[in-house]
Amino acid sequence: MIRFKSKILALSFSLLLTSIPPSFGAGSGDNLLKVDWSFKGLTGKFDRASLQRGFQVYKEVCSSCHSMQYLSYRNLGEPGGPEFSEQEVKAIAASIEIDDGPDSQGEMFVRPGRPADKFKSPYPNVNASTAANGGAYPPDMSVLVKARPGGSNYIYSVLMGYEEPPAEINLDDGVYYNKYMIGNKIKMSSPLSEDIVEYTDGTQSTVDQMAKDVTTFLTWAAEPELEERHRTGVKVIIYLILLTTLVYLSMKKIWSGIDTEV
Amino acid sequence: MSEHDYTPKSKVGKWFNDRLPLLTLGSHLSDYPTPKNLNYWWTFGGILTFCLLTQIITGIVLAMHYVAHADLAFASVEHIMRDVNFGWLIRYIHSNGASMFFLAVYIHIFRSLFYGSYKSPREVIWIIGLMIYVLMMAAAFMGYVLPWGQMSFWGATVITNLFTAIPLVGESITTWLWGAYSVDNPTLNRFFSLHYLIPFLILGLVVLHIWALHIPGNNNPVGIDIKKPSKDTVPFHPYITIKDAFALLMFMIIFAGFVFFSPNVLGHSDNYIPANPLVTPAHIVPEWYLLPFYAILRSVPDKLGGVILMFGAIFILFVLPWLDTSKVRSAVFRPIYRQFYWIFVLDVLMLGYMGAMPAEGIYLVLARVGTIYYFLHFIVVLPLVGLLEKTDPIPMSISEPVLTGGVDPSLARKDDDKI
Repeated sequence: MIRFKSKILALSFSLLLTSIPPSFGAGSGDNLLKVDWSFKGLTGKFDRASLQRGFQVYKEVCSSCHSMQYLSYRNLGEPGGPEFSEQEVKAIAASIEIDDGPDSQGEMFVRPGRPADKFKSPYPNVNASTAANGGAYPPDMSVLVKARPGGSNYIYSVLMGYEEPPAEINLDDGVYYNKYMIGNKIKMSSPLSEDIVEYTDGTQSTVDQMAKDVTTFLTWAAEPELEERHRTGVKVIIYLILLTTLVYLSMKKIWSGIDTEV
Repeated sequence: MSEHDYTPKSKVGKWFNDRLPLLTLGSHLSDYPTPKNLNYWWTFGGILTFCLLTQIITGIVLAMHYVAHADLAFASVEHIMRDVNFGWLIRYIHSNGASMFFLAVYIHIFRSLFYGSYKSPREVIWIIGLMIYVLMMAAAFMGYVLPWGQMSFWGATVITNLFTAIPLVGESITTWLWGAYSVDNPTLNRFFSLHYLIPFLILGLVVLHIWALHIPGNNNPVGIDIKKPSKDTVPFHPYITIKDAFALLMFMIIFAGFVFFSPNVLGHSDNYIPANPLVTPAHIVPEWYLLPFYAILRSVPDKLGGVILMFGAIFILFVLPWLDTSKVRSAVFRPIYRQFYWIFVLDVLMLGYMGAMPAEGIYLVLARVGTIYYFLHFIVVLPLVGLLEKTDPIPMSISEPVLTGGVDPSLARKDDDKI
């Protein structure tokens, strides 16, 4: 009887644990556009070609206003990312002019970028960036996907969410209506338009394609460890399950001489 | 407790043990007679030890790479995530480890509440445990501030501002805590220092907690005193060690699930936005494990009143052993208390939910009801139920079945022949 009751207790506690709401306070992500991303799920990986295209969109469109200060050019060639070749990474870095110094004469100078350099920011500081963008600071994109409730789906939805404002909404100059933006008002005009980027791999650059590609790229930028994390996680869980089974059997054996169940 | 005499077999062992009886201690821990009917709710003590050590070890490594400066903290965390070998793993274990630690401690506390483990002669174990819990909350709160994201900054602002509610000296105390005129770099520095210190205080208290436990021995699901050692007990090793190991591994599977597959689900996305004193987040929410107390704080219209009730909600637990008047420990034999126990569990869960919701409308009403009930449970329900309840018959020992007919409940509590 007592044991029966403690089983019930055990069951109700487990139910209780599983019912802990996953994320308190996170905004509503219910009405966002949902994409079946390749990087979701236990074994999710990035689509390499999409990452490379997404980098192109970032470089040619986003990076004129948005910084990505925590990434280095070398990251573009690392496993689990866009995996550009070493030459490509060097070329990408070399195409950027980096302010460096002081040299031995105390002078600042400009040099071509190296893979070890951090992504160059479009503005020297936040104030300059804010001033140049009508009083709205374009957020740094390094961890943007992790910094928004809804993550990748949210970024994708905002990129796709530009439309004519409903009649009852009046917008000031330089403010745009976006169906999915929190508050529906955004100071960034729709950044993507058909063929704004000419993909080097020949993919048709529709707005939807570019939005998916750049979102994939931003997701990798925020979680460059994602593939390694998933891979390691699967191994760790399998190992733990095997070990748990062995320990369970040992426990049964050890307790077999005791008249109490375990 | 160890009535057995232990003599090391080797000469060196004997020489050493005569000077520092560590081997005797080891032998005591290994032979420690444990009730054989402990269920899996008793495995959380071991799990909590694991959690503490995990937090300390990962924390020490993180501290090697973290920079406690308002301008550099956020960037140094990103450096850990991107450039430090397995930095992402260490940080995700540490951040999710905090949640797992609290999950385990809540189960541990509610187990104690169900089986009456806080009652005589275990009051001191209970009180030390609560001290650990309070320190855990302090450590977790300060740890959450360290990444210097938006929730870090504003969480710290809200919590430290509570002290301004103290009459007369409140403002001065708050400025003193900040080391500045708002939450700023000096605040971050001292929080880092204290965040590193507190786990070692907890470790010390854990030693006392276990020491105090080994005086009367474990409570058990039946809640009766048992003779130790006897046919009702098993030696700690290998019986309890293997069972704890099994439970710990199950726990680790869930832990690993969070770390590898949804490492940020328990956090708040705003904390990936660098702290900005000029922009207040729409909803400032603490981590999930503090939400019930946050709900109590916000349910009182008066600031000082809210602060008093919030701290009161924690400190009332310290006098729980004297508020509960029942002589029977385990809720298994307390039909009325058992029902109130589950109502209390639901009440705390509801408060947690209300803590995550905006303090307005129906949420605020429910938070107030929940707060009032929280205190009623301790101040009214527990003393009265203990006096009025007719408890079920209690077995004389774990091995023997329940005696037919009623048994004097005082048999379940024989304080005098303890220790």
